Amino acid sequence: MIPLSWYLIVAALLFCVGLYGVMARRNAVAILMSVELMLNAVNINLVAFWRYLNPERPIGISWAVFVLAVAAAEAAIGLALVIAVFRTRDSVVAEKLDSLKL
Amino acid sequence: MTIQQFVFLLISAFTLVAAIVVVTDRNLFRAALALIGSFLGVAGLYVMLEAGFLAAAQILVYVGAIAILLIFAIMLTRRLMQTHESPFNSQPLWGFVASVLAAGLLIAVIIQTWPSSEYTGMPAVSGEQIRGSVDDLGSILVNVDGLVLPFEIASVLLLAALVGAIVIAWPEKDES
Repeated sequence: MIPLSWYLIVAALLFCVGLYGVMARRNAVAILMSVELMLNAVNINLVAFWRYLNPERPIGISWAVFVLAVAAAEAAIGLALVIAVFRTRDSVVAEKLDSLKL
Repeated sequence: MTIQQFVFLLISAFTLVAAIVVVTDRNLFRAALALIGSFLGVAGLYVMLEAGFLAAAQILVYVGAIAILLIFAIMLTRRLMQTHESPFNSQPLWGFVASVLAAGLLIAVIIQTWPSSEYTGMPAVSGEQIRGSVDDLGSILVNVDGLVLPFEIASVLLLAALVGAIVIAWPEKDES
């Protein structure tokens, strides 16, 4: 038998790996990949809570499906932005995209 | 240690190692391949949680669509693939410290709120109910008392994202 906390700890570690990627990577595509890791970690939590605490009602998995849909939309928009930025600035280093800064 | 726990630890270790490769590898293409491995590991965790539908959806949407989209973007910005610069910005150390602290906080909360002595295993439910969970999911998504509004909003969101992605990535007319 696997305790619930094992799943939650794996999800927490995956989330923190993604968090590190978001904070420390230079490349905008790599930052998007790290965000996908974080969304996956949240989904593990949702499914684990569904199965362990409330398997009668599929609330957990339905929200996981919504996270999936939002992640797909986010990836499409994010990568379109990366391509547009690369075309105009010839770089996707997130630190250099500072024209909105005062 | 039961065989189940062994398989769980194997899948989790695979997922986490692939995730660490994603955030540290200099070569973006290799990072994207490791990301596919991490997605597959998460799908394996869904299978262990008896959420077969979500595991299939995970492979279809993440491995089949999002990862391919990411690889397309990496190819289109190809010069950045063979960079010899550091893959990190100016704050890798502070990012590491912050995420280790966040992990410690989350794990402390998890161990106190859901102790493994209390939530030892999955509650036993019939195989009928597990198979019926996909039916339940389908009906709750179109039920007026359920999640029909978020469901419809999600479809509008996907349409908007589709059109928006095309508009944003469209080359400008006056560009030679």
